[in-house]
Amino acid sequence: MTPLDFARIQTRRSFFRTSAGGIGTMALADLLAAEGRTGQNTDPLMPKIPHFAPKAKNVIFMFMEGGPSQIDLFDPKPELQKWHGKPLPPSMTKDLRLAFIKPTAAVLACPREFKRYGQSGIEFSDYIPHIASCADDICLVRSMYSDAFNHHPGQLLLMTGSTQFGRPTMGAWVTYGLGSESRNLPGFVVLSSGAGTSGGATNFSSGFLSSTYQGTVFRSAGEPILYLANPDGVSSETQRARIDAIRGLNEQRYATTGDEEIAARIHSYELAFRMQTAAPELLDFSKESPATLEMYGVNKEPTRPYATNCLLARRMVERGVRFVLMMHASWDDHTEINRKLKRNCDITDQPAAALIKDLKQRGLLDETLVVWGGEFGRTPMVEIRKPEDADNGGRDHHPVAYSMWMAGGGIKGGQVIGKTDDLGFNIVEGKVHVHDLQATILNRLGFEHTRFTYRHMGRDYRLTDLEGNVVRKMLVGA
Amino acid sequence: MKLKALIFTCLLGGFSIALAQTKADFARDVEPLLRTRCYLCHGAQAQMNGLRLDQGFPSKAVVAGKSGESKLIHRVEARDGVQVMPPVGARLTPEEIGKLRAWIDQGAVWPVHDARPGLWSFQPIRRPAAPALKDASWARNDIDKFVLAKLESESIRPSPEADRPTLIRRASLDLIGLPPTPAETAEFLNDKGPGAYERVIARLLASPHYGERWARPWLDVARYADSDGYEKDLVRPYAWRYRHWVIDALNRDMPYDRFTIEQIAGDLLPKATVDQRVATGFHRNTLTNREAGSSQDEIRFEQLVDRTNTVSAAWLGLTTGCAQCHNHKYDPITHKDYYQLMSYFRSAEEENIDAPLAGEMGAYLRARPEYDRKRAELLGENNVPALQAEWERNIRQAIADPGKRLDWDFWVTSMTAMLDGARKILAMEPDARTRQQAARLTDYFVSNPGPVNAKDPELTKKLRELRTKLQELSAKFPSLTQAQVLAENPAPPKNFLYLKGDYRSPGPEVRPATLESLPALPPSAGEPPRLALARWLVSRENPLTSRVAVNRMWNEFFGRGIVKTVEDFGTQGDRPTHPELLDYLASEFMDRGWSMKEMHRMITTSAAYRQQSHTRPELQGRDPDNALIARQARLRLPAELLRDGALASSGLLNVAIGGRSVRPPQPKGVVELTYGSAKYVESEGAERYRRGLYVHFQRTSPHPQLMNFDAPDSHVACTRRRRSNTSLQALNLLNDPVFLEAAQSLAERTLRESPGKGFADRVRYAYELCLAREPGAKEVETLLSYFHTQERILASDAKGRAALYPLDPGSAAWVGVASVLLNLDEFITRE
Repeated sequence: MTPLDFARIQTRRSFFRTSAGGIGTMALADLLAAEGRTGQNTDPLMPKIPHFAPKAKNVIFMFMEGGPSQIDLFDPKPELQKWHGKPLPPSMTKDLRLAFIKPTAAVLACPREFKRYGQSGIEFSDYIPHIASCADDICLVRSMYSDAFNHHPGQLLLMTGSTQFGRPTMGAWVTYGLGSESRNLPGFVVLSSGAGTSGGATNFSSGFLSSTYQGTVFRSAGEPILYLANPDGVSSETQRARIDAIRGLNEQRYATTGDEEIAARIHSYELAFRMQTAAPELLDFSKESPATLEMYGVNKEPTRPYATNCLLARRMVERGVRFVLMMHASWDDHTEINRKLKRNCDITDQPAAALIKDLKQRGLLDETLVVWGGEFGRTPMVEIRKPEDADNGGRDHHPVAYSMWMAGGGIKGGQVIGKTDDLGFNIVEGKVHVHDLQATILNRLGFEHTRFTYRHMGRDYRLTDLEGNVVRKMLVGA
Repeated sequence: MKLKALIFTCLLGGFSIALAQTKADFARDVEPLLRTRCYLCHGAQAQMNGLRLDQGFPSKAVVAGKSGESKLIHRVEARDGVQVMPPVGARLTPEEIGKLRAWIDQGAVWPVHDARPGLWSFQPIRRPAAPALKDASWARNDIDKFVLAKLESESIRPSPEADRPTLIRRASLDLIGLPPTPAETAEFLNDKGPGAYERVIARLLASPHYGERWARPWLDVARYADSDGYEKDLVRPYAWRYRHWVIDALNRDMPYDRFTIEQIAGDLLPKATVDQRVATGFHRNTLTNREAGSSQDEIRFEQLVDRTNTVSAAWLGLTTGCAQCHNHKYDPITHKDYYQLMSYFRSAEEENIDAPLAGEMGAYLRARPEYDRKRAELLGENNVPALQAEWERNIRQAIADPGKRLDWDFWVTSMTAMLDGARKILAMEPDARTRQQAARLTDYFVSNPGPVNAKDPELTKKLRELRTKLQELSAKFPSLTQAQVLAENPAPPKNFLYLKGDYRSPGPEVRPATLESLPALPPSAGEPPRLALARWLVSRENPLTSRVAVNRMWNEFFGRGIVKTVEDFGTQGDRPTHPELLDYLASEFMDRGWSMKEMHRMITTSAAYRQQSHTRPELQGRDPDNALIARQARLRLPAELLRDGALASSGLLNVAIGGRSVRPPQPKGVVELTYGSAKYVESEGAERYRRGLYVHFQRTSPHPQLMNFDAPDSHVACTRRRRSNTSLQALNLLNDPVFLEAAQSLAERTLRESPGKGFADRVRYAYELCLAREPGAKEVETLLSYFHTQERILASDAKGRAALYPLDPGSAAWVGVASVLLNLDEFITRE
């Protein structure tokens, strides 16, 4: 396909012109007919065509906020046993920046047991047997690194490509670039479990892009979207009547002023009304089979909250939601890492694996890119806040070398990318920067990341800032 | 796939041919394209492959008259498999390529005077004479002459004047941010004398709500918020004191030069008043990262970067941020310039001061001795002086010798992040600490007594109780409002250029200086540098400050700046659509003593401003963006004014001006997404109905109604808000209890106040309240039909009726009608 340029396909009018027969045209025609309109006003969320044929249509980002310990989950380091209790060699810790501990802190061996899984024989820790059972679908990156060693800057870098404020997040970029295939749900949805995140709303902000592209927080309990429920006393019948009256008057004003914004407003109200039906339907698991519910762990503790979100994520991508950001906080285990890490794994391991298996059995994994990881990893050294309780130490922030994984969406599973040294301190092979990961994600969605730009304040901005290389090894067919 | 590609290519082909026959204007079509897309690699800074495109042609890339043979065209079209140019960013559009082709085919003429275009915005402001017109009768003032001259040159007539209801609603929303009351509208409609409209403008400019309306765009620029930002995002309980100052300054029409000087360097003015110091709170809106373990040097550096960037954006309209890491790629701002500018702020330290409002001081002074005595008693009873001394000794030791005692290390890290100036206060002898410093340290100790004390459960309990008692005591006594300000450090650290913008890589030393490409700072008689910078910003020789300021005003009044990129007056920004009008306004602003109100008066009384906002189908293709000002614009109200409108029309609005922030109801689940999950305690009583401007702004969890309607996130300066149009906005207006309450109140008010009691009479009154106009017959009909539908449905739904309108369930259908009005596009739009 000829690479298409975004500037040309921003408006509905030019969309018709340039994408005759392209994806989305039919859906759009249906949509317009359904609304009794053939207007030509701009719908910023209309499906758009990226630079080249995409491998993935949707993204589910399991954001593990706080920095999960790669050493205890993904990157076995038996050598640590020998160093346990001793400081690292000074050559390693020269110029080292740490948040809490000093470079002289002692090494903490990993008490976990690692085993090989699947045909590929990738090693995973005993805390995550379910994820491990998906080994052959997983592309495990053991050589991630980031520039930020505190949470909020690290989260900004991961989500926006920069530690500076004001940039759009990945979900906003993707929704801006691809639009939404859903007629009645937002294109970029945020799910949350556990505690709150350091980044808060900056993790799903649209930055300098229009707020049309910001993440919509979807709650798994209570009102799923803010202001979604009708006020007391308003039935769906009176709501419909109300929207019809608003529409009637707006149409009259449109006739007077000729302002396309009014046509867009009418469209927004129609979508809002459909969302009021679609969102509760999304939460209704009654048509899911008992086997499915059990696979996710929806009806038991402690998996329930995360399982609910994972199942919701699948139901969302089925319904055309473009980007699902699932935030789970917090993995920031400065103390009592063994207990706290186990707790988070007990909550998330089974549902995360179920999501992959479920997507796969429904034929959705090929078009859905699943990403799992945090803003950085954790140190091989111990952090002790209470000397009298030194056995219950934790690990400090470690952006120098950590692990993340991806599955589906044109990513080649059953492989490990990169290698760290025997102590898990530095990367020795195949470094993957956060920007490289972002470039790779965009590539799977059909974007040449250097060309996927937005002009703001006199400059072309992009998710990967000025860096980033697609990690070719990760791609199917590479 | 192939077929699609073919169709696509044909479409494109048709395009270029069609456009090649159109005429290309070098200055308008070609030079900006080359400048923004080519010069970076083929300009003054770099000539990749030996190609330079900014010095005119002939050049090896262009064959004059023959676009088909010109390499420039080959490369931008990426024919014959060559690498496409430009290599990054979006590809040139067929329209753009068509313009290039047309220009080459027409001889590739490079106008001599444009051979080395200097940045227009750096040229001195010259007051242009008003242009001659074919027919000047439309013009009401000089603004109109400039606007009309442009329209005449394009053979376009201006739009007719808007009707009076539209005019009064437009002016009211623009000047005070509130819709006119039915009485105000009636008065204007009945005022048949000359100058009726000007009288409305005069009344609005004198209203104390004027300061509230105009504070908001300035607070956007000042990235104002009520919390620190970042992970901890602590509340800043007195951030509002700065907002209060802004509202007050605008209401008093403080000249913009003084407004500038006080905010940049009010603390350095001779005999600075408390208010002048409060003004420097502008710089305290910078975020504070209290994530334990962050580097204090890095935080400080980030804050200086933010201050430098914000001052540049606010006053100079320049994106100097690019020069943090390297010479600006496009604008004449060097890496060195950047750090020279930053140097002005390095010597400024953060300080919190007493900044009492009128009436606070007397009561405070009278009560102070008793308060001090009671506080000392409480502390003494709990042995705090001795415990604190021991704690301080430990902390000081851990600071001096880190890595030895891990438990104390942690407390030091945490304290450094959470207590402003902690290390400085600790290093001082107790007697040398100010009253405020000492109190803050003691309060911190009582809440964070250290690892040893924390292990003593009895003591922990005692201290926790003490903390509550101290808070209760302080709440019982009158206190003084505080303010966050700047204060000059008498022994400032040295200034350096930082390589690649990294605070760990200091380069050569630099001194405070302004941008080299702009007129130099006048020599000052020993004035502190930051004050000199402030005076330089507003000196007549500075070509940017006035232009940038009047352009922002224009953007507010017309929805589009004369320079569209309000935030960027550099080479990458748009050129002014009306350069002479911009310079006229800029010089007029200075000549009128920098009076903002006088500028607002001039703009709002112009014929250009008074035009209708209806779109003109015949201009849609030619001027879709209304760059020619051939009409007014319909502008969706900003988030805060939308709230204000609903509260005002329904009669709920609390009109109090200034003061602390309030927390109107917000749905559950907003703060829960953030790190500390700070409690959101709703304000009570009349506080719930204050204007949107006063809504507490928590940076990591702002009020959703504000965010749904494009309020900026307050992390960096925002000089131009977006206006999105989303379904979340629809849900917000339809279902938010705040707007439902407004609908109930509007219904109640309509039923009670409407002079006529028929359906049409009442609808008419509600229209006056909300839209300042009478409804048309068809509109009444639509509402009546809706009203009947509602009544029919509600007739069998007693519960629904009661829930919708507890006051009078029988009239519940009126709540629906009121809600429809509050949801109208017209209601949330300034027409």
